Amino acid sequence: MSRRSRDVVVVGAGIVGAACAFACARAGLSVTLVDQGGIAGGATAAGMGHIVVMDDSEAQFELTRFSQRLWDELASQLPAKAEFDRPGTIWVASNEEEMATVRARHEYYLKRGVESEVLDARALSEAEPRLRDGLAGGLLVGGDSVIYPPCVVQFLVERVLQQGGEVHFGSAVTSLDSGSVALRDGSRLPAGSVVLATGHEVRRLAPSLPLRPRKGHLLITDRHPGFVRHQLIELDYVKSAHGSEQDSVAFNIQPRRTGQMLLGSSRQFDVEDSAVDRRLVARLVERLTAFLPAISGLSATRIWTGQRAVTPDRLPLIGPLAGKDGVIVAAGHEGLGTTTSLGTAQLVLALITQRPPGLKIEPYLPSRFKEVGDAWRN
Amino acid sequence: MPGEIEISINGRSVRVPGGVSVWAALTRAGIEHARRSVSGEPRGALCGMGICFECRVTINGVAHRRSCQLECAQGMAITTDE
Amino acid sequence: MSEPQHFDVLVIGAGPAGIAAAAAAAGSGARVAMIDALAKPGGQIWRGSTSSPYGRARRWLDRLHRCNVRVYASTQVVDIPEPGMVLAESECGSILMAWSKLILAVGARELFLPFPGWTLPNVVGMGGLQALIKSGLDVRERRIVVAGSGPLLWASAAHALACGADITVIAEQAPGAAVRGFARGLFRHPRQLVDAARLRLELAGVPVRMGTWPVGAHGTARVREVELTDGQRVSTERCDYLACAFGLVGELELPMLAGCAIEADRVRVDEWQETSVAGIFCAGEATGIGGVDKALEEGLIAGYAATGRPDRARSRFARRARGRAFAGALARAFALRKELKALARDDTIVCRCEDIPKGQLQGLSSWREAKLFTRCGMGACQGRVCGSATRVLFGYGPNSARPPAFPARLESLAATNDTRQPSEGSRGAAWK
Repeated sequence: MSRRSRDVVVVGAGIVGAACAFACARAGLSVTLVDQGGIAGGATAAGMGHIVVMDDSEAQFELTRFSQRLWDELASQLPAKAEFDRPGTIWVASNEEEMATVRARHEYYLKRGVESEVLDARALSEAEPRLRDGLAGGLLVGGDSVIYPPCVVQFLVERVLQQGGEVHFGSAVTSLDSGSVALRDGSRLPAGSVVLATGHEVRRLAPSLPLRPRKGHLLITDRHPGFVRHQLIELDYVKSAHGSEQDSVAFNIQPRRTGQMLLGSSRQFDVEDSAVDRRLVARLVERLTAFLPAISGLSATRIWTGQRAVTPDRLPLIGPLAGKDGVIVAAGHEGLGTTTSLGTAQLVLALITQRPPGLKIEPYLPSRFKEVGDAWRN
Repeated sequence: MPGEIEISINGRSVRVPGGVSVWAALTRAGIEHARRSVSGEPRGALCGMGICFECRVTINGVAHRRSCQLECAQGMAITTDE
Repeated sequence: MSEPQHFDVLVIGAGPAGIAAAAAAAGSGARVAMIDALAKPGGQIWRGSTSSPYGRARRWLDRLHRCNVRVYASTQVVDIPEPGMVLAESECGSILMAWSKLILAVGARELFLPFPGWTLPNVVGMGGLQALIKSGLDVRERRIVVAGSGPLLWASAAHALACGADITVIAEQAPGAAVRGFARGLFRHPRQLVDAARLRLELAGVPVRMGTWPVGAHGTARVREVELTDGQRVSTERCDYLACAFGLVGELELPMLAGCAIEADRVRVDEWQETSVAGIFCAGEATGIGGVDKALEEGLIAGYAATGRPDRARSRFARRARGRAFAGALARAFALRKELKALARDDTIVCRCEDIPKGQLQGLSSWREAKLFTRCGMGACQGRVCGSATRVLFGYGPNSARPPAFPARLESLAATNDTRQPSEGSRGAAWK
């Protein structure tokens, strides 16, 4: 392990960290990627791999849109095992109130150059015949795609190594010191910049950051090609994601290229164990069945959990960590880690190289939260 | 075994002894595989006890039924992969 | 909505261990139920056994019949959603059951190791062949090569022969010296000695090769030829079926999900057959592959212990010790030779559900990595076939257990919040 200073040490080899390492290495910086385990741990191994445009806020829209374009560019280079696919997303509206949201969102996207199509009840039924009767319609966003994140991380790390980058796995970072990073195995890595991309665990090294874990559950079915054709999400998902401190479930189903379907989703604040909550899964299955009755007869072969990292305004933390020179945080992406990993990496690279970022960075800067105590009081 | 029953295999009507498994019925009808694997290989029963999932066929429209574990019933419609 | 049915003792698995456990527990007057995936009790080994030489099976099944045990047949346990509960599903619905004591008599499955051509149709297990024949496979005049390891090799070959098959050759991978040593040691286990002698007699005239194992199966639509080697020469046998497996491994998925400690691929139990989880017992093949005698004695001990009768349990300790000694002798005699780990080539499929060849697993250092980066073990069988194989091939450790213990219909998973009762489920007296 070389002891010369590298330009960047990226802490955390999940999709955000790998994307940052990849962006820096590609830009000619010397990079070392470290992780307490191997690659693709944490939320990256557990998530859905959905690349989706989201518009809860202008800043969220900008970042997801910016990132999606980067994914579209990268897609042709991804190996087959990355399972890049473009099923599109249909946001499903259950009633007229939600259809109003659909139309508003369609307008919003139209103005910003995102292709989408309003589906009335009949068009929705034609697009997805297995959805129950009586739904009001939906919004089809054809440009949304899916990937298999662990294999994408493999690809990104291979590229990092090809560009002369290094990896150091199996040892946790114990402290961020001025100009270097100390690891549990005793090594010390001198670095010009450090990127902290350890998801909800970022609080171990940066306790002042306003992040909370938000646990999710997913199930996977056996292979039923064509059962659904698009990723289907209920509009109420947005309310659930917004919300409440209470445990919530929302209809969210993704067809994989294999014909298996990923079924989600659930949200629970501050439940740090990884145990599968059977009652919550039962509620989730009920929710899924309410939208897609035929699904109840299909079999689930696995159920697992993961931890998202959430901030008070649901935008990620991308920017300098207060009180630590040269440390940049890249965490708190909630359910959009895969989507915004590439965009995050470009912002991080811009900060490190002190070039203009491709996107206004102010909404994501950690410094927007002045007092941690107040941050959650909303 | 009890008397014969009539089932259909890939649309063809077949008589089999009552009490045999769907997999046994397939073999008696000269069918050599239940399914095609992900890469297209022909596959049939392996473990005989319901844990390997290699013997899966569609029965009465329901996919992924383990043929070695199910007894044939009068009128059953079985479809294998080509 | 009604409350889930509660049982003082719930037995999972109706093989010899489960039957003995249920019979023992029921004798105390406790409210006992038993769940099994097959349509009738007996497990894999006593499947379809109603006549001699399965006299013992008949006696135990009759004994179960006379007990007050509620049998849920054709029912698959899919989860232990919380301590004291079990979720199971059958063809027509799911059922949630409450228990005070749980006895896991979940048995074993065959160990399959990959070799070129092992995925061809008509390459089946040895116990697999037996099960398939019992469920209607017609093997009259079919040429069958039986290859692999352990007593099941002989039992399976004899059964197929009795059903009209032409057994071309029996190939045992263990060296002849080990098998002969095992046979000599059977004087300590008279019942097994009688079984072995009977099998030998039934198989007189069938060529037997010790220290011989398969290296390839060939054919297009199905297997037509098998290559066997003794390490020096390779011979080719034409066949219609190849029955091949390399011993048994415990079905540890449910015990692991229940939180039971596992050591050396066995559920760890104390002298009362109680696992590391209070109130959960384990008996039979899951505590170590040992056959019927061990399973029966452990089942009895678990059933007595679970219903607070340690003296009766203790009265079986000596017989259990003999059963465990037999298990030890089995493991030593039929240990797998190292050549079996090297049969698969880079292009040989290891994960059959997802078609992952051995070459793709190169450089991956754990079961977790294999699953995450190649989808090996992520298919329908939940890694039962490839997980056990890669454990032998690469030393991959077993992973932490996740629900469901068996693929479960979504409607069954929704039932955790619901307490439907099954539309079937028979009292002990109802099945034939």
